Amino acid sequence: MHTADVRALHRLMLVARRLDEEAIALQRQGAIPAYAPSKGQEAAQVGSAAALDPARDFAFPNYRDLGAAVAMGVDLVAYLCTHLNVWHGGLYDAKVSRLAPFNAVVGGPVTHAVGWAMGAKLDDTGGVAISWFGDGASSQGDIHEAMNFAGVYRLPVVFFCQNNGWAISLPTERQVAGGSVAARAAGYGMAGERVDGNDVVAVFEATRRALDRARAGAGPSVIEAMTYRLGPHSTSDDPGRYRALEDERAWLDKDPLARAAATLSAEDVAAAEEHAAEVVARVREGLLTLHERPGEELFIHVYREPTHALLEQQRAWKETAGA
Amino acid sequence: MPEFSLQQALNLALCHACEDDDRVLVFGQDVGVLGGVFRVTDGLQAKFGERRVFDTPLAESGIMGMAVGLAMAGWRPVPEIQFDGFAYPAIDQIVNQVARMHYRSRGVLPMPVTLRLPSFGGIKAPEHHGESLEALFAHVPGLKVVSPSSPSQGYHLLRRAIADPDPVIFLEPKSRYWHREEFDPAAPVPEMPVGTSRVVRPGKHATLVAWGAMVSRCLRAAELAAEDGVELEVLDLRWLKPIDADGLAASVARTRRAVVVHEAPLTAGLGAEVSALVTERCFGELRAPVQRVTGYDVPYPSGALEDEYLPGIDRILTAVQTTLEYRRG
Repeated sequence: MHTADVRALHRLMLVARRLDEEAIALQRQGAIPAYAPSKGQEAAQVGSAAALDPARDFAFPNYRDLGAAVAMGVDLVAYLCTHLNVWHGGLYDAKVSRLAPFNAVVGGPVTHAVGWAMGAKLDDTGGVAISWFGDGASSQGDIHEAMNFAGVYRLPVVFFCQNNGWAISLPTERQVAGGSVAARAAGYGMAGERVDGNDVVAVFEATRRALDRARAGAGPSVIEAMTYRLGPHSTSDDPGRYRALEDERAWLDKDPLARAAATLSAEDVAAAEEHAAEVVARVREGLLTLHERPGEELFIHVYREPTHALLEQQRAWKETAGA
Repeated sequence: MPEFSLQQALNLALCHACEDDDRVLVFGQDVGVLGGVFRVTDGLQAKFGERRVFDTPLAESGIMGMAVGLAMAGWRPVPEIQFDGFAYPAIDQIVNQVARMHYRSRGVLPMPVTLRLPSFGGIKAPEHHGESLEALFAHVPGLKVVSPSSPSQGYHLLRRAIADPDPVIFLEPKSRYWHREEFDPAAPVPEMPVGTSRVVRPGKHATLVAWGAMVSRCLRAAELAAEDGVELEVLDLRWLKPIDADGLAASVARTRRAVVVHEAPLTAGLGAEVSALVTERCFGELRAPVQRVTGYDVPYPSGALEDEYLPGIDRILTAVQTTLEYRRG
């Protein structure tokens, strides 16, 4: 996508929304042990991910970035199976997908984006790294180390904060000193801007500007997309304990999907719904028929050259398993 | 034959690794212009340029996180963390990230990262500048851990670590940096696969198991014991993960007695692992329980108390005597 195409972006957001709803349903049905809903953040995720160049760029997600996976065309069964607890890190090929396996240490991968960006700069590939993280993650030391490194080396990296208002039960004002993640950019000598995170076109364009700057050698950027987590932090969370229902309702009025849909024809929206329903049915089927993993997998990827002790344990396991 | 200090041998190994593979990157606090506080990276930036050898901001987690990203982009990072105690701020990146990325990506994202870590005590350094982290790292699936005991070992093991496709924690015994030895780095590399130990001194009455700086101390103890007619075998374990269980068992099966010597605190130290391996493999041959001579279960002490803390020759020889005189009750 070279320019923001609302119809295409809406289509991606709708897939993310319907898949998110399906994942929650699967969790309620006992098929998925736990899930981190992304409802409300589709514009931030899809808008930024769709702006990437899939041939050159590389993305470092968190656990609430389903929309990014959708926009990047990642195999969604292979992506969602992480939540299914099939394999930490998912079954998709991170290299082909240009999407790193997400991890629950929310600041950690942001430093990886910096390293990857340095590699891309050394190889002069024109590639840019993007890292998504939340307002809660922005408290972690790794985010600050990453921003400082990127600022010092002027690396092609985009720090994309999805400020969804809540770090589980803590509101942004009790999480982010100074009230703004974007404002921190100045302290690290880089461009920073706040964007309406529920406006998919605005997010796409802000990300595109940051990517262009990075490719032109103008260094890293911080984007803070102001959005809202409409659902709970996870399927184990009860937002009623820490926030008012009126607030949720107020944000529901700013639903990024409704906003994008309002600019489209009824036919376009209906076609998008039909497409999303097809994707959801296919992914649901894929998830429910994922075969049990072979026990051998426990051992095979620990090392490239496994240790004798591990091979010995594998052999012993095989004997007890009668495999 | 030329003579090298450990510091020079490691410098040469880094230099040759950079020459042989242009994907090798050396970075860390002060490794560039200064050449490292121990001068292990001396001259490398002048030779290979700021692209290959560069200084980083002083942030250990950032250094290791950057190594992860660089490895993902196909580079071969050789980061340095300036002192062992400063590896603690990078533990998340080392344990949660470096060690697991190959596993969680199902082999798609290998981590050929070699973390160089000036390690252990013996130089009366300030607080946090002398720690023994080997058991901590050896416990982590996905990591390999190695420590050289001499200049020639340092050269070969560092070359091997950098060439290894998996993440390796390379523990440099800083008290041995200035110890010199003759060896020819151009000579064919001796056969020394990952996870192999070496007998530094053969003996028949007991095996002293050690690594890093404790190897030379054990050799000294063996010399003194020999004056009393006690022939001690000294086994340099080298690889602390994977441990050479076969080499260990072969030595103890010959001598029938084992004393393991390490600088780290006793409890849950690597001596416990060595002791368990010896017991599993040599129970029938053993004439005495495995003895451990270690640091104490205290925070690493100030220089004034360091000599009390570190396993001294007397403590090693006392343990030898205990094992030699052991009688079943």
